Amino acid sequence: MKVALFIPCYVDQFYPKAAIATLELLEKFGLEVSYPKNQTCCGQPMANSGFEHLTKGCNNLFVQNFLGYDYIVCPSGSCVMHIKDHLHTEENEAAAQDIRTKVYELTEFLVDVLKIEKLEASFPHKVGLHQSCHGQRGLKLSQMTELMAEPFSKPGHLLSMVNGLELVELDRKDECCGFGGTFCVTEEAVSVKMGKDRVLDHERNGAEYITAGDLSCLMHMEGILKRRGSKVKIIHIAEILNHHLS
Amino acid sequence: MKVQDHAQAAAQFIKDEERTDWHDETLWFVRKKRDLAAHGIPEWEQLREWASQIKDHTLSNLSHYLESFEQKATANGIRVHWAADGEEHNRIVHQIIADHDLKRIVKSKSMLTEECHLNEYLIQKGISVVDTDLGERIVQLRKEAPSHIVLPAIHLKKQDVSDTFHDFLDTEKGNNDPQYLTEAARQHLRDYFIASELAITGVNFAIAETGGFVVCTNEGNADMGAHTANVHIACMGIEKIIPKAEHLGVFLRLLARSATGQPVTTYSSHFHRPREGQEMHLVIVDNGRTRQLGRADFRNSLKCIRCAACFNTCPVYRRSGGHSYHTAVAGPIGSILNPNLDMKANADLPFASTLCGSCSNVCPVKIDIHEQLYKWRQVIVQAGYAPVSKKLGMEGMAAVLSSPALYHFSGKMGRTTLKYAPFLVNNGFNPWYKQRDMPAPPAESFGEWYQKNRS
Repeated sequence: MKVALFIPCYVDQFYPKAAIATLELLEKFGLEVSYPKNQTCCGQPMANSGFEHLTKGCNNLFVQNFLGYDYIVCPSGSCVMHIKDHLHTEENEAAAQDIRTKVYELTEFLVDVLKIEKLEASFPHKVGLHQSCHGQRGLKLSQMTELMAEPFSKPGHLLSMVNGLELVELDRKDECCGFGGTFCVTEEAVSVKMGKDRVLDHERNGAEYITAGDLSCLMHMEGILKRRGSKVKIIHIAEILNHHLS
Repeated sequence: MKVQDHAQAAAQFIKDEERTDWHDETLWFVRKKRDLAAHGIPEWEQLREWASQIKDHTLSNLSHYLESFEQKATANGIRVHWAADGEEHNRIVHQIIADHDLKRIVKSKSMLTEECHLNEYLIQKGISVVDTDLGERIVQLRKEAPSHIVLPAIHLKKQDVSDTFHDFLDTEKGNNDPQYLTEAARQHLRDYFIASELAITGVNFAIAETGGFVVCTNEGNADMGAHTANVHIACMGIEKIIPKAEHLGVFLRLLARSATGQPVTTYSSHFHRPREGQEMHLVIVDNGRTRQLGRADFRNSLKCIRCAACFNTCPVYRRSGGHSYHTAVAGPIGSILNPNLDMKANADLPFASTLCGSCSNVCPVKIDIHEQLYKWRQVIVQAGYAPVSKKLGMEGMAAVLSSPALYHFSGKMGRTTLKYAPFLVNNGFNPWYKQRDMPAPPAESFGEWYQKNRS
């Protein structure tokens, strides 16, 4: 099984620990994982701002980097959703189409492809799970509170295998944190208010850590937590799943 | 013309954080009531699917259903008028009023008449209309626009209503008792109902098969107006048509549950023909709807039944208030309908969203609202309505991200800047930093770590 690691640009630059945890976690399951080193960005920041026509360069680069793998795994639901929905290239559309079906968000890869039922992980803390919207509603990683359907949660399922971890119940299970890509600066006031409210929900319910499948949400909430001098910390789900007590 | 765009108006709204929290909690409460009501019917998702398919089918055969509706309605004795736009709609309504020389006019809630600015038009002609929906009457007295299509005065607290009623209805100052205030409104409106000569109502559903139409209210105000007046004018957009009466069983079950969590609206009134001695008019309005129908990506926005579930679930709407959308129909659905009416004036609206997708999930007719928001963004940028600064920023970003070398260089520069010269980023010019800290710069990127540890 040839697996490629797709690391979002801002994770590469600001949160390498989450990327390392993703890589190590996949390696623990005996996978041979490569990291195509000329990858940059999926193009979503431009596309979501209305500039999808400027993503040709990113798309071509993505196809060049990720062609020929069995699976492409990424610790971000948002970037994966963008690739699944919007990766096209005039140069090699067949390859783009192939990639769109092979790209997986980390937790869905672990649950649906590797069918993980056991983890050697330990994280003795109270953790609040933030449902990142693109992963949840876009990739359907968890059931959505709006729908009248059976509950399930792929990230929740994985977290339940972690020793000592206690998931806290939130008042609003799947409300958006307000990051929203460039929304976080173009609608700064609403974005921050949404983030504050999200963070307060976790604090109120006793979370020591907020985790999620997307660091973009966590980066936004971390910025707010730090500014407020909160003790609550953020941690990407890969870091929890890869965490051992030494 | 609008003065502020959504972001500016929302920032203004949020300055009063306590009120913002109250607004958010109040609407979230309505969303929770909706969830509870929907959970009460095991076939909820099936109903949504049926509603969506009926609407899709109707939109694909719209001219057929409109014509058969007109035929039946006319045979029933209803006078049907066609209006190409808001201006023509207003002219038709005014003409009917002028022909009868009527002065006492009541109107129940109709978002279409808000869209067409009927009240303002009639005022210019020296005619005043009394809005009889309680929320609409409150905002009308305050000379404000509705901030929500189902709960028009949801931006106001009971003390605001008390102050307004004290000013206009002479109620006791400082008496915030909802029952007292509602009673005052009831007495005030009763006088207008009894004296009304002409009633204007909206239309929730027009049935092609029967030529009748249904008006849903909780206050019974549409009925009170229409039952006393000798002239009834109902106004509807062309998308209000449904093929058969039996389809009401799908839509009426979805509408109130989605809107407020009630099993059904208190009054779902069926109008088929004028009563003896009464004149009944129906104005059917296009106002850009056929243009929207012609836009493949956006046509299914016309399935909307105006329940406002997308407003109540929208985390942005709840924290920015309806007026920040500067249009008759606010919220997520407004943000995909309004660019069709005036793309330039409403270019900000599709960007007033995080694309979280909750709106599409609550929509009882399954409109892919958040996907249309994304698509409108592309259309608006292509049409040249993006700010120049944003365009330049995006072009710069695209150039960096299209080149691995430039990307690696910029990443290193960025992290170095954050480490050694954080003041270049952590300042008032950076909207991120205003209320959020920047992430701590790591010593190396993942790419650099990988190079050392795995290659």
